[in-house]
Amino acid sequence: MGLDIRLPIGAFFALIGLVLSGYGLLGDRTIYQQSLGLNVNLEWGIVLLIFGLIMAFMGRKTAKQ
Amino acid sequence: MTLAPIDWLIMLLYFAFVLGIGFALKRHVKTSSDFFLAGRSLPAWICGLAFISANLGAQEVIGMAASGAKYGIATSHFYWVGAIPAMVFVGLFMMPFYYGSRARSVPEYLRLRFDEKTRGFNAISFAVMTVFSSGISMYAMAKLIQIMHLFDSTLVKLNLPVSWSFHVSIFASAVIVLVYIFLGGLTSAIYNEVLQFFLIVAGFFPLVMLGLKNVGGWSGLKQQLPAAYAHSWQGLGSAHTNPLGVEWFALVMGLGFVLSFGYWCTDFLVVQRAMAADSMIAARRTPLIAALPKMVFPVLVILPGLIAIALPTPGAQSVNANSSAPILASAPGKGLIPAKVDETTGAVKLDADGKPVLDYDLAIPNMLIHYFPTGILGLGLTALLASFMSGMAGNVTAFNTVWTYDIYQSYINKKASDEHYLWMGRMATVFGILISIAAAYAATRFNNIMDFLQLVFAFVNAPLFATFLLGMFWKRTTGHGAFFGLLLGTTGAAIHHGLTLPVGAVPGIKGGWLGSIHTYPSEMAQNFWTAIWAWSACFVITILISLVTKPREETELKGLVYSLTERPSEGHLPFYQRPLTLGLVVLALVLLLNFIFW
Repeated sequence: MGLDIRLPIGAFFALIGLVLSGYGLLGDRTIYQQSLGLNVNLEWGIVLLIFGLIMAFMGRKTAKQ
Repeated sequence: MTLAPIDWLIMLLYFAFVLGIGFALKRHVKTSSDFFLAGRSLPAWICGLAFISANLGAQEVIGMAASGAKYGIATSHFYWVGAIPAMVFVGLFMMPFYYGSRARSVPEYLRLRFDEKTRGFNAISFAVMTVFSSGISMYAMAKLIQIMHLFDSTLVKLNLPVSWSFHVSIFASAVIVLVYIFLGGLTSAIYNEVLQFFLIVAGFFPLVMLGLKNVGGWSGLKQQLPAAYAHSWQGLGSAHTNPLGVEWFALVMGLGFVLSFGYWCTDFLVVQRAMAADSMIAARRTPLIAALPKMVFPVLVILPGLIAIALPTPGAQSVNANSSAPILASAPGKGLIPAKVDETTGAVKLDADGKPVLDYDLAIPNMLIHYFPTGILGLGLTALLASFMSGMAGNVTAFNTVWTYDIYQSYINKKASDEHYLWMGRMATVFGILISIAAAYAATRFNNIMDFLQLVFAFVNAPLFATFLLGMFWKRTTGHGAFFGLLLGTTGAAIHHGLTLPVGAVPGIKGGWLGSIHTYPSEMAQNFWTAIWAWSACFVITILISLVTKPREETELKGLVYSLTERPSEGHLPFYQRPLTLGLVVLALVLLLNFIFW
C-alpha cells in the first residue's frame, strides 16, 4: 500500500537510538544510580539504533526490487 | 515529577512520526475500501502485529500488571488459556468465512449468514460499545497523566492552571488519533499499531530486565513472593485455594472458552485487522502470527506487576541497591504499590480486615519512575501513551466502518456513491471521537455510569460466540434462532448477574439486584459464570428455535457455513508454510508454557 512501513519504523527507532545513546554518552552519569548503575540510555540506545537500521535496510531492499 | 527536555523530545518525535504516517498515506486513500479495509492489501506480519496491538490498550498494559501484582503468575491464564487457543481457532477455522465471504465487517457476515435483524442488533450494540470504550481509554490516560503530574511543570511555565492537565491530555490524544485516522483510514491505524507494538516492546523490555536484575532474577523474585504467586495452575482444584477465587472449570470454560473465543473470534476490532490482509492465506496467518508475540507478552506486562509487589517498600531498611529511587506515592503500601488514599480526607483506605487497600493500577507507572532515569524514562512513558492511543484508535476504526457500512449504508442511505461513503467514514471518525470525548468527561462525573456500561457490554458480548459457532458449523441454524438466541443469552447474563453476588459485596452494580441466591468466592468467578450461563442459554435457545423455523436454501449458504464451503487449497505450500502447521506449533508452545509455570 504505497508506503513500506519498515522505512518509517526504521527511521524512528534509529533516531530514538541516536538521541538516547548520545545522551548516555554526553549527559550526566550520576543519574544511573537509579538504574542499578547501568548506563541504560547508552546501552539501550545502541540496541534501538541497530534495530532501526536493520528495519530501514530491509524496507529499502524490498522497495528497490 | 518533571520531564527533562530529552524526554519531551522522544515523545514529540513519536507524535511527529504518527502524524507523518497519516499524511504519507493520505494520497493512497481513494475509495471507501482503501479507507475501511486498507484495500485488502497488507501482508500477514503487519496485520498480525496490528492484531495484538489494537488490543494492547490501557486495560491490557495497566490492568495486566495490576492483576500480576494482585494475583501473581495466575494472571497468565488470560493469555495461555484465554487468548492463544482462541486466536488459533479464529485463524484456522473462522477466517475462511470472514475473509472468504467478502463481508466487510463482522455484522455484515451476520447479515449474509442470517438476516437483517441479527446484523442490526450486533452492529448497533457494537458501535455504541466502541465509542464508549475509546472514551474510557481516553479517560484512563488523562487520569494517569494527572496522577503522574506529567504536564504540570509545563502548564505552570505557560501560566495555565495545573488542573488543565486532564483537558490537555484528552484534547491532544483525540486530535492525534483523529488526524491520523481521518487521513489514512485503517491502513494508517494499522501502520501506527505496528509502530506502537515495537515501541511498547522497546519501552518495557529494559524495565523488566532492570527489575529482574534488581530482585535477583526469576529465582530471586520467587523467593520474595508468596508461593502461590509463582504458579498458574496449583490450587485451581477449588475456588478457595487460589488467589483468583476461581476453580479450574470456570476458568477453562468461562475465560478460556466463552469469553476469549467471544472476544478474539467475533470482535470486529481485532477481526478487522485480519480482514485487511492481502490474501486468504495471509488473513488466516494473521492471528497465528499474532499469537507468537502474544504468548510471551506476560513477560512485558505481568512480570512488572510481580516485581513491583516483591520489592522492598522504598525508604524501608534493605540491602536493595536502589530502594531510595523515586516512586509515585505518599501513602504506605506494599513494594512499589501504594495504598489508595481517600481524595477528600487524605486518609489511607482500609479494607474489612483493617489492611490498606492497594492501588494496583500504579504498578507500571511506579516501575517506570523507579527504574528509568531521564532519557529512557521518556521512551517508557511514550510507550505507555502509545498503548493508550492504540486502544483508542482500534475502537475508532472499528466504529467508523460499522457505522458507515452496517448502519448508515444499510438503514439510512442505501444508494450513495462510493465517494460519499468515504466521506461518511471520515465524518464518522470525527463524531465517533467527539462522542468518546463526551464519554470521557461523563466518566469524571459519574464513575458508576462507566461501570454500568461495561457491565452491559459484558452481557451483550457473552453469548456472541455461541451464535457464530452455530452459524458457521451447523447449516440448519436460522436467522430467527440466532437473533432470539442472542437476545435471550444477553438477558440470561443479566438475570444471572442480578441473582448472584461476589463474597463481601453489597447488592447493586456488583450484582444481586434481583435478590441474591448464590455467593461466589470472587468477582472473577461471578464474571466467568455469568458468561457461561449466557453462552449456554444462547446456544440452547438458538438450536431450539432453529429446529422449528425454516432454514435457508443450501445454495445461499455457500462460503458461509463450514460443510458447504470448499476448504481453502494449500496443497501447493510446503507443510511448514501452511496455517495448520503454524497453528499446531503455537498450541504446542503454549502447552509448554503452561507446564513450565504449573
